[in-house]
Amino acid sequence: MILFALIVLPLIAAAFIPLVQEKSVKTVAMVGTLIPLGVGIGVALGFDWMAAGYQFETSFAWIEPMGLELSVGVDSVAMSLILLALLLGPVCVGASYTAITKKVRTYYTWLLVLQAAMVGVFAARDLIFFYICFEFTLVPMYIMISLYGSANRAKAATKFFLYTFTGSMVALAGLMYVAWFNASVLGNEWTFDIATLTAAGQQMSGVEQAWVMAAMLAGFAVKVPLFPFHTWLPLAHTEAPTAGSVILAGVLLKLGTYGIFRFVLPITPEAVAEFAPFLATLSIIGIIYAGLICWVQTDVKKLVAYSSVSHLGFCVLGLVALNGPGLSGSVLYMINHGLSTGGLFLLIGMIYERYHTRSMNELGGLAGKMPVWSCFMVFFAMASVGLPGLNGFVSEFLCMMGTFQADSSWAGAIGTTPGNLGPWFAAFAGTGVIVAAIYILYMVGKVCFGPLKEPGAHLDHGDDHVLPTDLCAREIGVLLPLAAGCLILGVAPSPLLKSLEAPITEITEIYTLDRGDRGPVLAPLGDAPAPVSNHDYDGGAH
Amino acid sequence: MVDKLALLIPEIILFIGTCIVMVVGLSPSAGARNQCWLITAVSLLFAGIAAGLGPEPAGALLPGMTSFGKGLTAVVGIMLVLMMPGTVDRREEEKIRLGGKFDPLRLTRAEFYAFILFSLTGLMLTASADTLIWLFLALELTSLPTYVMVTISSRRDKAQEAGVKYFFLGALGAATFLYGFAMLYGGTGTVRLDEIRQVIAEGGMNNLTVLGLVLSLVGIFFKIAAVPMHFYTADVYQGAASSVTAFLAFVPKTAGFLAILLLCAAAGWDQIGPAGDATALAEPLRYLIGITAAVTMTIGNVLAWKQRSVKRMLAYSSIAHSGYMLVGVLAGPGNGTIWSSGIAAVLFYLAVYGIGNAGAFAALASIEKIGKDGEAEEVDDIDDLKGLHRSNPVAAWVMALSAASLLGIPPLLGFFGKLPLFAAGVRAGEIPLIVILGLNSAIAAFYYLRLIKAPLLDDPATDDSQASASPFAVRLFAGVVSAGGVVVVAIASGALMSAATTAGQLNDSSAPPAEATQERGSDHGEDHADSGEIESIERVASR
Repeated sequence: MILFALIVLPLIAAAFIPLVQEKSVKTVAMVGTLIPLGVGIGVALGFDWMAAGYQFETSFAWIEPMGLELSVGVDSVAMSLILLALLLGPVCVGASYTAITKKVRTYYTWLLVLQAAMVGVFAARDLIFFYICFEFTLVPMYIMISLYGSANRAKAATKFFLYTFTGSMVALAGLMYVAWFNASVLGNEWTFDIATLTAAGQQMSGVEQAWVMAAMLAGFAVKVPLFPFHTWLPLAHTEAPTAGSVILAGVLLKLGTYGIFRFVLPITPEAVAEFAPFLATLSIIGIIYAGLICWVQTDVKKLVAYSSVSHLGFCVLGLVALNGPGLSGSVLYMINHGLSTGGLFLLIGMIYERYHTRSMNELGGLAGKMPVWSCFMVFFAMASVGLPGLNGFVSEFLCMMGTFQADSSWAGAIGTTPGNLGPWFAAFAGTGVIVAAIYILYMVGKVCFGPLKEPGAHLDHGDDHVLPTDLCAREIGVLLPLAAGCLILGVAPSPLLKSLEAPITEITEIYTLDRGDRGPVLAPLGDAPAPVSNHDYDGGAH
Repeated sequence: MVDKLALLIPEIILFIGTCIVMVVGLSPSAGARNQCWLITAVSLLFAGIAAGLGPEPAGALLPGMTSFGKGLTAVVGIMLVLMMPGTVDRREEEKIRLGGKFDPLRLTRAEFYAFILFSLTGLMLTASADTLIWLFLALELTSLPTYVMVTISSRRDKAQEAGVKYFFLGALGAATFLYGFAMLYGGTGTVRLDEIRQVIAEGGMNNLTVLGLVLSLVGIFFKIAAVPMHFYTADVYQGAASSVTAFLAFVPKTAGFLAILLLCAAAGWDQIGPAGDATALAEPLRYLIGITAAVTMTIGNVLAWKQRSVKRMLAYSSIAHSGYMLVGVLAGPGNGTIWSSGIAAVLFYLAVYGIGNAGAFAALASIEKIGKDGEAEEVDDIDDLKGLHRSNPVAAWVMALSAASLLGIPPLLGFFGKLPLFAAGVRAGEIPLIVILGLNSAIAAFYYLRLIKAPLLDDPATDDSQASASPFAVRLFAGVVSAGGVVVVAIASGALMSAATTAGQLNDSSAPPAEATQERGSDHGEDHADSGEIESIERVASR
């Protein structure tokens, strides 16, 4: 019930927006995001972080002939992502106070609707309910980009919508196949209950699993975005308003990795195990390729956008490592990336509001002029690049460690777990870390240090609100929670990592448990890697 | 006989309404003339209620489809009628208002509304058809009035052209399926659909029957605007007034789909299909419908993408929607649940499409702009929709919501319409078609997105005269009703879905009953005589 409250509260606030005066719209939006955050923290306090399984489960019958239910429930993975989404809510509202001056009502209404949809995605325990929320996040984001974005916004918004919509339609076909398989081949009742379908999907034959995986990935890989489906992202990020970029990087990209974690890995284990090297290769290409693109960027926002592609590559790499360290690193990465990249986008937005440029050629040496801003910039850049002691390091390290260990052929080597990746994959991914350090430090060095360079003419912009030279209290207040999150997760990640263990073990067990006549998905240690394709294909409909 | 009459009460009510409208429409009092649409809507309302209360036809192939089809006709029909005021006679009425002479010969309102009711009567009759002759007459009663409606709906030359084009191609289509019906009669020896079903189930299909079915389907493809019988669509839809286009996009298409379902039910979904169970159509029909579905949705969507004219865009998209629904026809009844029955999926999608389509055209009909000659003319170019949220926010929202529903964005009604189609297709093992369906739904986003963006998000194009509200406010009301429908019905789509599922139940008693199989031995000779007759007909045909 309390989870429904998290979905409904922002919607109630959105309903109030047309009723209040234009100048108090911001306040309504702030309250409408702060109350869910408060409720969310309350839920988190009442949540048993160490328990396995789902908590706060509620469900209502919705469209009975279809077997659709409005059912929600969270495990620790979903809970922590919900908290991230809830935290970014007030941050985004705060960041938009001065940036959004036109069509204020529309903006905050859709921001609140988006907030509700994001919580719905992570909380849903019914496949169609999940899909509705997943797909519906497109609409507010599309409107935010196409109404409030910068010069090239129409193209960016359309490309964003079409790319993700196309992928999701194919994903829907795959998910429907699983539902059909559950009902027809296994003879169960028609249902979209995620737990039931997960169990059913594992019974599919290898070929069926491969096709279903491909279909699901069409939706989720575009959302992540995995190379080569990433081309919509830099455009959308660059053109979106600051809050849009923050939500896009912070939460919407995570819908893809969350989808892979929640659906692809448990529903189609055999196919994932077989194609893991392929997916890992794509991730690594993404990591390095996007990193190299970052290096040559002059637009700061574009640089951070491409760095998202690179970072999310690590996230997927950790997922397909299919072992404890990889998966927990990946889930942690989802949260960390939301905090640190969200912070970077906020900082760039603040600069853009002051100078109306994002070009590194026009900006430089801001440390002397804007010490507080530069301080935050250096901090978030370090978090993003993975400086030990800040959050990025832990998750990046775990993802790489998982990849390194995921190797069945290194028989008996200390610490290895079954899997189809190995040290080579980790080595290539490691070069991505170096590239990341280069481009981030290069950017920070140019913008923050060196001789002062600023596009002076832009300073006297005609807006009626004049921002101070350095950050004002509101802006610092927006950045502080994210910075605190980066620091806490960097210094003491172990409580969160411990609580992630239960849901992650559920997934790794799928891959290592002996399933009778079909054997374990991943060969146990010490054996030669069993080619997965040898599994019998007669388990399905044919 | 009495049973049949009880079944026809909705049609009789509509006919009475037609007679009243014909008289009232010629009344010298403008106040009375202006009530035509109201009388039409009210008689549809009563017909809908009668359809809901009416009995199920005994022995029909799809017994539940009759009342569902009639109810659907009534509900969507009312929405369509609500956007009709002002379509014909606008200039004449204006003259009379300014003191001109009332000349009944110059007014076409009476005929216009009478034709609407005739066409809807035809649609209802299609839903209750049980013989080939009835089916043919019902289909023609649906179509013939629309030819005239197109021509008189607008004073522009384009409407005349559209009417003529529609009439000739329509006649070609009708000739094709009439030819098919004749062959079907020749091949099976009966015109009753349930007997055709029995003959085919017992003795399989001979070549003449196959040819008859194929020709019938191809002819009816004209009604649903499936490729390759779609060529008239864009020109006719663009030429007619928006309100009439809305009518064309729903009424003949629904009649066509009901007829296709009846014919396929007669042919029987009992062959071994790709899913491995006996729920598929016979091979030639399966390939015909499957290929047509794939080509239709792809061509419709791709051509819609390139249009600047909103009406042409919606015309091509209606072609695409026909393609989607053909997937459901192909899937067949399954085991009768909503997730398995393609028939239920088609019937449900017809309602979904009807409501969304009515909304899009109602939004278009509720705005107009001043043309070069100083007269109000329709808005058609997508650029004219830009900035509609400033001048007419309600129409803008109606357009955006309807387009979003037709595109299938959750949680609107269109999304729930696609789900059963996906499920039925997957169940029937038509995986390639389902992938094509998914990709096509994505292509549709390319143009529907423009219909959402232009009215709701874009700023008005400065150099053009702004679209203003049409003086006929009830048109916008029709739009609001449909846009409300795509939201409200979606949230509570369970009832509609159950109704569609019941309507999609195949009458099992029309399949060969167990006794008939046992009795076969006794009337074996008769069977033999039958087949001999068929052979002789075949020989005649082959000459």
